[in-house]
Amino acid sequence: MRYAFFPGCVAQGACPELYQSTMVVARHFGIELIELRQASCCGAGVLKEASPALALSLNARTLGMAQHRGLPLLTICGTCQGVLSSVKRELDEQSALRETINASIEQEDERYRGGLEIKHLLWAMLEDLGLDRLKAAVARPLTGLQVAPFYGCYILRPSGDLKHDDPFHPDSLEAVITALGATPIDYEGRIKCCGFPILLEKAEMAARMSGENLVDAKTHGADCLVTPCPLCHMSLDIYQQRAEQAMGRSIGLPILHFPQLVGLALGYSPKELGMARHLVSTSKVLQKIGVG
Amino acid sequence: MRITFSLQRFDPERDHAPHQEEFRLDVAWRSTTVLDALIRIRQEVDPTVAFRHSCRSAICGSCSMVINGRHTLACKTLIGPEIERHGPTITVAPMRNLPVLKDLAVRMEPFWQKVRAVTPWLEQAGGASSTAQAVLTKETRSHLHNVDACILCGACVSSCSSLEVSPGFLGPAALAKAYRFVADPRDGARSRRLTMLTQPDGVWDCTRCNMCVEVCPKDVQPMEAIVRLRRAAITDGLTDTIGARHITSFTEIVRQEGRLNEGRLPAQMLWRHPAALLAQLPLAIKMFVRGKVPLPWHPPLDSIRAIRRLFGRWGTPSSWTN
Ligand code: SF4
Ligand code: SF4
Ligand code: FES
Repeated sequence: MRYAFFPGCVAQGACPELYQSTMVVARHFGIELIELRQASCCGAGVLKEASPALALSLNARTLGMAQHRGLPLLTICGTCQGVLSSVKRELDEQSALRETINASIEQEDERYRGGLEIKHLLWAMLEDLGLDRLKAAVARPLTGLQVAPFYGCYILRPSGDLKHDDPFHPDSLEAVITALGATPIDYEGRIKCCGFPILLEKAEMAARMSGENLVDAKTHGADCLVTPCPLCHMSLDIYQQRAEQAMGRSIGLPILHFPQLVGLALGYSPKELGMARHLVSTSKVLQKIGVG
Repeated sequence: MRITFSLQRFDPERDHAPHQEEFRLDVAWRSTTVLDALIRIRQEVDPTVAFRHSCRSAICGSCSMVINGRHTLACKTLIGPEIERHGPTITVAPMRNLPVLKDLAVRMEPFWQKVRAVTPWLEQAGGASSTAQAVLTKETRSHLHNVDACILCGACVSSCSSLEVSPGFLGPAALAKAYRFVADPRDGARSRRLTMLTQPDGVWDCTRCNMCVEVCPKDVQPMEAIVRLRRAAITDGLTDTIGARHITSFTEIVRQEGRLNEGRLPAQMLWRHPAALLAQLPLAIKMFVRGKVPLPWHPPLDSIRAIRRLFGRWGTPSSWTN
C-alpha cells in the first residue's frame, strides 16, 4: 500500500496527535506515505467562498502532485476529503474548466489530468487493507468499549461527490469499530454537524450543536466518541466545555481520532498515540480497556 | 409483497407525545411510492391518518416527510429501493424544524413567513416610476444556478442543522430564494437585500453542513446559493461581520503562509470584538500547554511563489484587505 499523503493543516497544527497516530498505524501495516509537503491548504470550503477558481486551482495542484507520482491520494481529514472530492468531481466532469485551471498552474508536474483516486484513511482501511487483516492485527481487543461513531459532514455530504457511505445510514466507522472488538452505538447525532464552521462567529449555536450530539452519544451509553475529521475533534474536544455550558450539564466524553482508536487496538501506548494532548481526559477509556 | 409502514402518529387533541403505529400492506413494491402506500392506508385502513399531497409527481412540493431517516418527497420515493436498503419496515415521520399539526402534516406558516421575509419578487431600481429596462440574458440566467427550480417543499428546512439550534435562522429555502433575486440583473434592491441578509439569522448563521444540498429533490443546492450570497456581500464591501472576517482572514493567512494557521485565525477574525477574543484566551492557554497551538508565525511553504501566483491569477478583490 503506497499513497501520496495529504495530512491537511489541522494535523500539522492544532491536532498533531492525529499526524502522530496516523504514522503509528501506517508503520504498523507497512503503508508507505509519500507526503506532499508543498501542497497548500485545501481551503476547507472557506477559500471557495472567497473565490471558487482559486480553491479549484490550489486543489488541482495538490491532485496533480499526487498524479505525477503515480499514486492515489490519502487524506486523514474528513473536511479535506470532502473538499478534494468535490474539486475532483468538478474537474473530472468539466474538461474545459480543467484546462483553464491547469493553464494557471505554472509547473507542468503540478497540473491535474483527471481521474485521480482520493481516499480517506478510513476507506483505505476497509478497501485496501481489508477488515480481515485489520482484525488479525488486533493485539488489544477493545472488548466492552462502547464507541460513538461521529462522521462529520464532509466525509458524507454531498454524497454525489463522496460516493462512499449512504449519507443517512453510513456504516464504515461501525465496521472498523466492530473489527477492533469494540461496540458501536447507534444514535442520531452520528451524521450531524459538530458546529465547527461557525465556532467563532456563532459561538452559542456551535456549542449547542456539538452539545446536542455529545449528550445524544452519552445518553446512548458511549464511553468515547471517534471521528475521522480533526475539525470535529477540535469542536467536540477543545470546545467541549462550551458545549457543557450550553447544555447546562457535564458531559466529559473523550473524543478520539480515528487512527488513535485503531492504534489502541493494535496495542500501542496512549503516549505513542498522543492521547495526552486532548483537552478532555481519555483516562476513562484507557481504564476500560485495561491500559494506564 | 407485504410491507410494514411504521408511521409517526400525533393528534394534538388526544396525545401528549407522538408515537409510532404500524400498518401492514400488500403492495407491488417495484411500482409503488411511499405516497401511494399512505393513500391506500388512509383509504383502506385508517381514514384519520393525516398527511399532505397533491400532484403525486414531485412538482407541487406538498408531500415532504422523513422516510427512513431521509428528508424527501413521499411521491418521489419508491418502496423497492427502500426495502432493499433498509429491510421490509419503512419508517415515516413528519418534517423536522416545523411544528407538527397532526401525524405527518406540519404547520408551514413559519416556512412561508421566512420566504416572504426575503421579498421574493423583483424590485425596480429607482422606484416604480423608473422606465429603465434590464433584460435577463441566457448567460445571466445560468447564474441563477438551480435556484429557480425550487418547489418550496421544505425538505431542506427539515434537514437544516442551524435551524435545529436556532429557529430564527432564515434557513436554506428562503436564502436560496433570496439569492435568486440578488443575482437577477433586473432587480434594483441588491444592496438593501444584502444588508438585510447579513444581519443575525441570515447568511452567516449557516454552518455549511451540506444537509440541504443532500436532500433537495430538485438539486437546488441551497448552500451553494448561500455561499454565493456571502461572496456577493463581501464583494459589495459588507465585510464587517465576524462571518465575513472568517473568509477574508482565512484567505489572507493561506496567501501568506500557504497553509491555514489556527494560531492566527481567531485573533485576525476577532480583533474588533475584544470580549469574544478574550473568551478564547483560557482555551488558548490549555491548548498551548498540550502543544496544540501552532506558532503564530509560520515560515511560508517553499512553494509559496507557486501558490501566490494562483492567488494573483484567481484572487480576491482589493476591497478585501483586512
Ligand atoms: S430548495 Fe429544494 S428542498 Fe428546499 S424547498 Fe426548495 S425544492 Fe425543497
Ligand atoms: S448547509 Fe446551511 S442552510 Fe444548508 S442545511 Fe446546513 S446549516 Fe442549513
Ligand atoms: S405530491 Fe406533489 S410533490 Fe409529492
